[in-house]
Amino acid sequence: MGPVFAKIMDMAVAEKQHTTISGTPIEPLYGPEQLGDFEARRDLAAPGEFPYTRGIHDTMYRERLWTMRQFSGFATPEETNRRYHYLLQQGQTGLSVAFDLPTLMGYDADHGLSEGEVGKCGASISSLEDMEILFRGIPLGDVSVSMTINSPAAVLWAMYLAVAEQQGVDWKAVSGTLQNDILKEYIAQKEYIFPPRPSMRLVTDTIEFGARHTPRFNPISISGYHIREAGSTAAQELAFTLRDGMEYVEWALVRGMQVDEFAPRLSFFFNAHSDFFEEIAKYRAARKLWAYAMRDRFGAKEERSLKLRFHSQTAGCSLTWQQPYNNVVRTAIQALAAVLGGTQSLHTNSLDEAYALPSEQAVTIALRTQQILGYESGVANTPDPLGGSYFVERLTLDMEQAAGDYFRRIDEMGGMIAAIEKGFPQSEIANASYRYQREVEAKEKLVVGVNAFQSEDQPIELLQIDQAAEGHQVQKLAALRARRDDARVRKALDALRRAAEGTDNTMPFILDAVRAYATLGEICDALREVFGSYQETAHI
Amino acid sequence: MSAPIRVPIRVLVAKPGLDGHDRGAKVIARALRDAGMEVIYTGLRQTPEMIVNAALQEDVQVIGLSILSGAHNAIVPRVMDLLREKDMADVRVIVGGTVPDEDAAALKRQGVAAVFQPGASLAAIVDFIRQSVAG
Repeated sequence: MGPVFAKIMDMAVAEKQHTTISGTPIEPLYGPEQLGDFEARRDLAAPGEFPYTRGIHDTMYRERLWTMRQFSGFATPEETNRRYHYLLQQGQTGLSVAFDLPTLMGYDADHGLSEGEVGKCGASISSLEDMEILFRGIPLGDVSVSMTINSPAAVLWAMYLAVAEQQGVDWKAVSGTLQNDILKEYIAQKEYIFPPRPSMRLVTDTIEFGARHTPRFNPISISGYHIREAGSTAAQELAFTLRDGMEYVEWALVRGMQVDEFAPRLSFFFNAHSDFFEEIAKYRAARKLWAYAMRDRFGAKEERSLKLRFHSQTAGCSLTWQQPYNNVVRTAIQALAAVLGGTQSLHTNSLDEAYALPSEQAVTIALRTQQILGYESGVANTPDPLGGSYFVERLTLDMEQAAGDYFRRIDEMGGMIAAIEKGFPQSEIANASYRYQREVEAKEKLVVGVNAFQSEDQPIELLQIDQAAEGHQVQKLAALRARRDDARVRKALDALRRAAEGTDNTMPFILDAVRAYATLGEICDALREVFGSYQETAHI
Repeated sequence: MSAPIRVPIRVLVAKPGLDGHDRGAKVIARALRDAGMEVIYTGLRQTPEMIVNAALQEDVQVIGLSILSGAHNAIVPRVMDLLREKDMADVRVIVGGTVPDEDAAALKRQGVAAVFQPGASLAAIVDFIRQSVAG
């Protein structure tokens, strides 16, 4: 068999697969008979009406486009602050902070384990001083800011609120989102510090503190993004994320809060992957499932408690190293799915992200992709334009059913923490990810430029992270430690330790420690002493 | 005449540094196991010292390092130094992850046997390990 003929055979095998990227078989044609009892005219409520399958607003993007929010951060807070000013000048409508790995793991820039990692995957923030620099010249009363931080989220949020205080901005006016979703860390991304239960206590502390003090801030963004990036199917992403959400609700209720006090500020974050219709069905099913869960499982009464609001980001794991310019096209299709699925905000990945953090040129193309969708394509003119499509409605119903099956299994295990301790979501995801990789290997799934249509690549210009960033951060930290009031730091950390041992909300104590310029590492160490650290049992 | 007994190749798959993205490490570990190798997976957040000690204890012929965080230039040279110090220079080190071409070339000059970048096929990795250990 000649090489050309072999190639044609590969394409033919892949062409006959007719499954979604998650492996769900697709029928030859969809019509009314595929919908069974479901009748769109009767069973599909209008946009803005319960259960919000068609969107949480009646007008959707006619009123206001989604928030274009590019996740960014690298090297020092000084450099990241310059990138933020640039993005705002380019018409971006919100900020989204990427922190480096030491920050995500609660280590200061001068910790031994931080060596070589400072500023590599995001901005390095070790103290309130760094946070002041990060938002220099950015009015926190006007710009909404999302922060991708989980295990030490309470600490970074306290730093943020302290900067708002310094700017004279009322906390009631501060708007933004804290990712703060620790459950998906145990499930997928694995950036955890403390064991699950004390971590959940910290999350509940922030939800409670937010309900009292920051009415416009989302204290949590319950995230499927990382679950999907870890290799899950679309249905697993949907199911595990919503079940995580229910776990947070249960903890807040046990704390003694009323569901309608905090539920309106729960927000979500989903992946926008490559299988166009499957993704749209996922978002539509998510809204419906959440509305029913909040109403029937938790007795929420307020409409705002029932509406699932979500951010989305195009799929980083779909970006290829080979033929990187193709990534612009992938991202555009994925972004279109998110928009047709009714996203509230969107991050589009840059073409060079299989290599490195994005260059300024690449991130500009990614932002322009959203602007073209919003202003040129016409897709924002009417809500849920695919509503009533036989195919999309069938996929939505299937997605709902698959998620419902997972909810039942996890409930039977005793909830999400018990399921995580059993390794259940982790192994479901690992199995799905291996199955997909085998399909790519067997060319049952084709990836353009990788296992089909290969060609030689031209090198692209990459962002270089300044190697001096680490030294700069370490020096700044040494100077801070030398000039701050150590007695005040010690006192604040002692008070925090006592609060952590008891049942008080830890947020006011973390705020005091942050204001005294206790570092992120010192605050996390105080909590580590009380809570302990977590190590997962690694399974292949 | 009986066929010679083939002793399985022993591989340590390790995830150094602070990053927790273990999808790649786990997929590779499974693929190597399915190819008949004995695979030891270290789990997350391993220091170079922990990795080299595990390689010594487990008597592996190959160490696979999965690094997606950009910290490869800080981590890999320390693993190579430790292997030399412990007289384990015969252990092949392969690196997988987001390693730019220039860095991959530099790592190879320091003794890394191969660097597999995103999109590398499982078959290519399995074949490389088999040939490298046989040769």
